[in-house]
Amino acid sequence: MEKNISMNNLKKLFFSMYRIRLVEEEIAKRYSEQEMRCPVHLSIGQESTAVGVSYCLKKSDKVYSSHRSHAHYLAKNGNLKSMISEIYGKSTGCIGGRGGSMHLSDLSVNFMASIPIIGSSIPLAVGNALSEKIKKKKNISVSFFGDAAIEEGILHECMNFASIKNLKVLFVCENNQYSIFTHLNERQPKKRNIEKIASAHSIASKTIDASDVTQIVNGTQEALKYIKKNSAPFFLVLDTYRWKEHCGPMNDDHLNYRDKSENDKWIKKKCAIKSLDNILIKKSKYWPSEKIKIEKQIKKEIIIAFNFALKSKLPSSKDSWRHVYA
Amino acid sequence: MPKKKILTTFAEAINQAMITEAKLDPTIIFIAQGLTDPTGVFGTLKNLEKNIPKNRLIEMPTSENGALGIAIGAAISGMKPIVSFHRMEFALLALEQIINNAAKTSFLSEGKLKVPLVIRLIIGRGWGQGANHSQSLETIFSHIPGLKVIAPTFPGDAKGMFLSAIRDNNPVIVIEHRWCHYLKDNIIPSNYSEPLIGAKIVKKGNHFTVLCVSYMVIEALIAAKYLEEIGIFIEIIDLRVLRPLKLDKVFKSINKTKHLMTVDLGWTLFGVGSEILAQVFCRDAIHLKKPPIRIGMADKPTPSSRGSIKSHYPSSEKIIIEIGKSLNIDLLKIKKVLKLLKKNSSPIDVPNNSFKGPF
Repeated sequence: MEKNISMNNLKKLFFSMYRIRLVEEEIAKRYSEQEMRCPVHLSIGQESTAVGVSYCLKKSDKVYSSHRSHAHYLAKNGNLKSMISEIYGKSTGCIGGRGGSMHLSDLSVNFMASIPIIGSSIPLAVGNALSEKIKKKKNISVSFFGDAAIEEGILHECMNFASIKNLKVLFVCENNQYSIFTHLNERQPKKRNIEKIASAHSIASKTIDASDVTQIVNGTQEALKYIKKNSAPFFLVLDTYRWKEHCGPMNDDHLNYRDKSENDKWIKKKCAIKSLDNILIKKSKYWPSEKIKIEKQIKKEIIIAFNFALKSKLPSSKDSWRHVYA
Repeated sequence: MPKKKILTTFAEAINQAMITEAKLDPTIIFIAQGLTDPTGVFGTLKNLEKNIPKNRLIEMPTSENGALGIAIGAAISGMKPIVSFHRMEFALLALEQIINNAAKTSFLSEGKLKVPLVIRLIIGRGWGQGANHSQSLETIFSHIPGLKVIAPTFPGDAKGMFLSAIRDNNPVIVIEHRWCHYLKDNIIPSNYSEPLIGAKIVKKGNHFTVLCVSYMVIEALIAAKYLEEIGIFIEIIDLRVLRPLKLDKVFKSINKTKHLMTVDLGWTLFGVGSEILAQVFCRDAIHLKKPPIRIGMADKPTPSSRGSIKSHYPSSEKIIIEIGKSLNIDLLKIKKVLKLLKKNSSPIDVPNNSFKGPF
């Protein structure tokens, strides 16, 4: 699948995924210091979905996300210092510390909003697409949500609407199979394929194994081509896996709610970063040394970002009275 | 030169406000079920198709929460949506988007995203509307920071305030009482704006301050007419704007009359009256001569039958009785007045004698 993607771009994809991984690991590492005083939903294990999709987007395309938004924010080129500061509740955060990890937003890169209520940001993406259609603009609206959103009425309302109004929406369902501790099979009919829900709304769709980021890139490009050609929405299902607990910095596998074999499969065999690393090793003998350089560069950036956040000031309570009304 | 005024209903007034403004502002879009129906949401959206390009008329599938979320998404990306619900209760399905997103997007973007959005909620009354088509839930919305809530009563206010609501960069909930739609007044045909601040004194009087929400102003006006027969002059205040709540005129009036009655459209428990009375008591400057009176809808779901709605909705009769009691008026005098009121009243379940629907 990587055939269509240049060596340089494969490296970019690796960089982007690896950067998210290292940022999230740093958050996990420092979380116990109790300076990041808000819930965090880490994207470790799910980096490829955000990176693969955003790699295909233009800056002017709009992205909407949910509670697990760090990867989406960074993949859309959201500023790292602003994100870490936001999680630290500092005035230098992307929205001045008033949102925390669950409300990331950076309009300078058209990362519009993250809403932690399941399904809540989906209609915003659809409404944005409606607005683009009225204004005769070509931008795509992207809505990221998890498999639990399938259980929310609002997703179906939005799919139905986007379908009948021919809106340029890319629905991205990141299926990590778990809603907190509850497996998909306990929440949705076992025999039902998520993709079929899209076809029931007359929306074109595709399911991709997210352990291969190049497949996501190819699938997204195909989806975007379809959206532009047909002025119609597209629905991507990306099968992925959350490595850490639903909310927080820890592993929670000792709670035994997930099969050990399933866990091993996704973490040991289906890590998208490791898979791309293997491809790059095969392609270039210089890659291992390049990777060390990349790692160094990212770690340096992370330390700078965390130091920036730590040194930044907390916002005043007076400030939080601003912007309640426009 | 003053423009010639024309007899206009509330429904026609807001229809004019919306169409005139939408013709001038291409970012205004309309979202509703049955948007271009022959009846067009009780006539309030009549003639939209003739005046506004089709791509700005968004016929909405039966998806209330989706409709609101989509409207918010459109609003933050440059549109000014006007969303209409035929009954307030349908908006209960959209509370998630109204409270989580409409009210908070400005705050959560440090003011970089704006939500210029009008949400029209219509309250039904009478003609068997029953439990789920007659509720006055305006306090739910008034509770939420980030929303504005207005409830104009008269055609003139409705037109001016509607225009301000459309031009406002915040989500504005417009409470429209279905019986207000039929009220007529002489107003100027062109558009004008009326700021979304504060109450309005509808009738001056020295004996009692009666603060009303929406259609309750009409009930109070009827009561005032009969109370005058026995020498009682009430001051009627139309609250008009529930959020932001500004009560200067109310405080001033109470200082004069030393008596206060609040008339809620909905239930009194945790109602508009509760908030007003709390604010009155939290101001030590105000001393009432008698305990204030708080009336509203009976504390039960609305029955459909006209047999059972007697004394369910707050009425002019109730206003007269309670004021009479508070001022120690001779019961015989009150009874005489009530007899007269009854003689002139229309049936209990319609706004006036000529009313034949639609409902």
